[in-house]
Order: sequence, then C-alpha cells, then structure tokens
Amino acid sequence: MTDQAYNFAYLDEQTKRMIRRAILKGLAIPGYQVPFASREMPMPYGWGTGGVQVSAAVLTPDDTLKVIDQGADDTTNAVSIRTFFERTAGVKTTTRTTDASVIQTRHRIPEEPLTDNQILVYQVPIPEPLRFLEPRESETRKMHSLEEYGLMHVKLYEDISRHGHIATSYAYPVKIEGRYVMDPSPIPKFDNPKLGDMAAIQLFGAGREQRIYALPPYTQVVSLDFEDHPFEASKADHPCGLCDATDSYLDEVIIDDTGGRMFVCSDTDYCAARQAAGFKGKDAA
Amino acid sequence: MRPLLSVQGVAKRYGAHIGCADVSFDLYPGEVMGIVGESGSGKSTLLNCMAGHLAPDAGQVVFDTRAEGPKDTVTMSEPERRMLSRTDWAFVHQHARDGLRMGVSAGGNVGERLMAVGARHYGEIRGKATDWLERVEIDAARIDDRPTTFSGGMQQRLQIARNLVTGPRLVFMDEPTGGLDVSVQARLLDLLRGLVRDMGLSAIIVTHDLAVVRLLADRLMVMKSGRVVEAGLTDQVLDDPQHAYSQLLVSSVLQV
Ligand SMILES: Nc1ncnc2c1ncn2[C@@H]1O[C@H](COP(=O)(O)OP(=O)(O)OP(=O)(O)O)[C@@H](O)[C@H]1O
Ligand SMILES: [Mg+2]
Ligand SMILES: [Zn+2]
Repeated sequence: MTDQAYNFAYLDEQTKRMIRRAILKGLAIPGYQVPFASREMPMPYGWGTGGVQVSAAVLTPDDTLKVIDQGADDTTNAVSIRTFFERTAGVKTTTRTTDASVIQTRHRIPEEPLTDNQILVYQVPIPEPLRFLEPRESETRKMHSLEEYGLMHVKLYEDISRHGHIATSYAYPVKIEGRYVMDPSPIPKFDNPKLGDMAAIQLFGAGREQRIYALPPYTQVVSLDFEDHPFEASKADHPCGLCDATDSYLDEVIIDDTGGRMFVCSDTDYCAARQAAGFKGKDAA
Repeated sequence: MRPLLSVQGVAKRYGAHIGCADVSFDLYPGEVMGIVGESGSGKSTLLNCMAGHLAPDAGQVVFDTRAEGPKDTVTMSEPERRMLSRTDWAFVHQHARDGLRMGVSAGGNVGERLMAVGARHYGEIRGKATDWLERVEIDAARIDDRPTTFSGGMQQRLQIARNLVTGPRLVFMDEPTGGLDVSVQARLLDLLRGLVRDMGLSAIIVTHDLAVVRLLADRLMVMKSGRVVEAGLTDQVLDDPQHAYSQLLVSSVLQV
C-alpha cells in the first residue's frame, strides 16, 4: 500500500470531526472526561493510541510536530510515532521544543515554557483518578458529577500513613478551576506546577479507555494536598551532569560497568540546547 | 417535640411482588426503633427505602434536616440525599465488607467521611480516627492495618466507627450482629447500647433476633408479608403480643 492510500494523518475526516468535537467539549469543560469512539490504530494501545488520535485530529499540513517519550525524542516509541506522522501527514518534524507547533508527549512536560502558538498532547493510560479505590465506572461518574472527591484525599491519607509523607510522585491528582479532579497522566509531580496557567492548549487522549480531556490556556490547576502535608514539586537534588541545570527534572543513569551514575536532564532537547549555549556539567566530556 | 423521621405510607414493589406496603410511623429524637419479622417480610426493603438506597413507589420519608427542617428525602435532589448519607445519616450493613473499604487502612476507613465533608488536616483526621478506634474498642496500634486482617467482630466495630465519626443523628442498621458468634454479638450489642446512649442517637435497627431489640429498641414494629402487623413499646409487644403472628414469633424464640 502506498502512503497516498491514507487520508491526511491516517484517520478519515469523519473520525477526525468526531474527535475534534470531543476535544472542543473537553476544552469547554476543563478536566471533564469526554467519551469518544476510539479507533484501531496501526500500533499497540500501550504506545499511546489515544494521544496519536488526538494529534491526528489537530494536525494541519503547516504544523511542525515534536514527539517525546519521558522527555526524550529518540526512544523507539517517540521515533515510531514521529515517523508515522511524517508518512501519513507529511508534516515537518523537529526535536526543538521552541520550533514545534504540536508536541505529543508521554510522561513529561517540556522544560521550556510553552507558548500560545503550541498544543501539547498527552498520552494517557488511565484517565480516571478515582479508579484505584472505586472500580465501578457508574459510581466514579456520579462522584465527578456530584463533586464527591473525598476519596482522592483517602488515597493521599493512605500515602502519608504508610510512608510518612505523600509518596505519590507520578500521576499526582489535580483539581481544575475548583471543579473536576483530573489525572494529569503519569508525569512526575515536578511537572504539576507547569499544568496551571499554561499558555499552550493541553489535550489528553486515552485510547484503550476511550476518553479525551483538556485544559484551555491559562487554566487554574491545583495539586491536592493536606494543610499539614502541602504539595511539593520534588526532583533529585543535583545539578544536571551534562548541562549543569538546577531547574530541570533529572533522570538517574548508569554510565559504566562499575555502577557509576549520573543525573541528567530528562528533557533531551533542553539539555542539548544548554550544552550548545556553553553550559557544562561536572560529568560532561 | 417534632419527629426526627416521619414515614408515611411507604410502599415498594418488585414487579407484581410486594416488598413492603403501607408503612407509616414516627421516630422521635433519641429513640431506637426495632423492626422484626421472618425472612422475606420486607425489613431490608423498608430500611433501604428510608435510607435512600431504594426509591419507594409511594409514600414520604420526611427527615428533620438541620438547615431546612422537615424535608421529604424521597423527592429531594440526589446530591442533597447523598450529602445526608455522609453527614446526618449512618448505615451499618450486616456484612462489614459492604460497608468498609477493604483495601484501605482502618484509619482511612474512619477518616473517609471526614474528608468527604472537607477535612484537610492530616493530623486532625488521624487524631479523630484514633479516638474512634478506641471508642469501639479497637487497639489504636491497628490504625494502619487493613480490615482484611481484622476479625468479624472488629470489622463490624470498625464499620460503626466509620459511620459515627461525623456525628450522625440517625443510624440505620440491617442485622448488625448477624453472622457473628454469640459472645461477639453480646460485646457488640453492649457497645452499641453505650454509643446510642452517650451520643443520644436515634436508630432504626432491623433484626431477626428478639434479644437484640429487647436490649436496644424502645419501640418495635413486627412485619409480615411486607406489612406492619403490630407496633408498640418493645416490652409490651414482646411480653404481651396482640397479633397472632407476633405471638408466634415470640413463642418460637422462647422455645429456642
Ligand atoms: N431485588 C429484589 N427483587 C425482587 N424481589 C425482591 C428483591 N429484594 C427483595 N425482594 C423480595 O421482597 C420481599 C422482602 O424482602 P426483604 O429483603 O426486604 O426481606 P427481609 O425481611 O429483609 O428478609 P431477610 O430477613 O431474609 O433479610 C421478599 O419476598 C423478597 O424475596
Ligand atoms: Mg434483610
Ligand atoms: Zn541537562
């Protein structure tokens, strides 16, 4: 089959319209999970088919796409999604955050502040923040509609009682504009403060669970906590070994056979840009 | 004095089959009402209609709300009814696992209702949970253990603590001592009696067990085939039953 056999960005126009309607509804009701009829995509669910469908619905021929997986542009997952859209939509792609108009991400928000010319698309595995304590979908739906969110704090209570502090460090629950409680996808809680008041549009797609939700620009996002255990956006307490950044989220990587380790920016584009600008960490060659 | 709960002509059918029919009574503050009757007589159906778990086909269930006085809970909005069930009402299930979150620690179970009504101070929530565990005679050292590690009697006491922590005014209980050993039952009954007295609770308690109502209930309703066949002061009904069915019920228990 030739690439021309596909419609622009793989999905047919009918499907894209259906997804756009779900996106618009999500933007109109920030944090509310909108059901949509998820399509089969030519990749497994774990690969972010929800995000791919959302990206396909918002991409235009003039867009420049960036795809990251845990901050990196060069993982198998990121490369294959980027290639998928190069082939099916013919759009330009980039690894530079500032050059991208659409960024699809798995588990990170780029360090570089996003602008009002950009859309950030998240891949979401489990959209329902109440799921782990209340498996009944009928009940969680009712809890959202009646704003019965005590259960979210039960989860945080359990965390503190077990670990002495709120140990949840990924997919940390947030409340949107004082109304819906939302799962921000498994981003580190370090990224939570970036969710709020962001200039870019944020779209969340869950393929297997068939849900889309959204945050319009400059939305209020509050991380849940207790008065005596306030939310903290934590990260490893080191500078980046390559670019010396002290304000970026770090991954710990093993660098040799003798167990040597170093901390490096998880956002590879951010790190590369800083190194190119002359910043140098203690482990840089 | 105004009734705390006023039930008028409540009926519930399951298809053509009668669950309960034509039930009316008033419950006054501080009163404990017992509902007895054989299996299938409609006790749980009636209790669930009153507690908002089932929608009755006919009748009113008027509760004297704190904010707005007497209100029919059948016709009030669902959010309002659910709010009542988290604050002024409590429901103790026969099977503790229906009333507890088995995957959550004892402290989390007790704290849930507090958090549901806006408590956001971990230390205070934990303090109240500790206090309530002690009040239901559970060692406070067990606060971080899950109910799956508790005995049946402890689970039932935990369910009671979880329900009473927000200081409800009306407690619905469906066979709270059912399925427990006799000695465990006695301890639970003692505890319930103390709590009802100390907190001035009003309660409606459904049971097969006449010993339970003898100990806890001020008044008694006897149900048969979905209808109330006799009602009165507990001692009166038990010692001098008027209806033939009540007589049978009392005598069959005495023979046991
Ligand atoms: N969901 C249901 N669907 C159909 N019939 C029901 C349902 N629940 C109860 N019933 C019927 O309604 C009648 C009253 O049942 P209910 O459970 O209220 O009795 P009960 O007095 O609580 O009995 P038990 O002592 O066994 O708990 C019974 O005949 C029962 O079979
Ligand atoms: Mg029953
Ligand atoms: Zn770096």
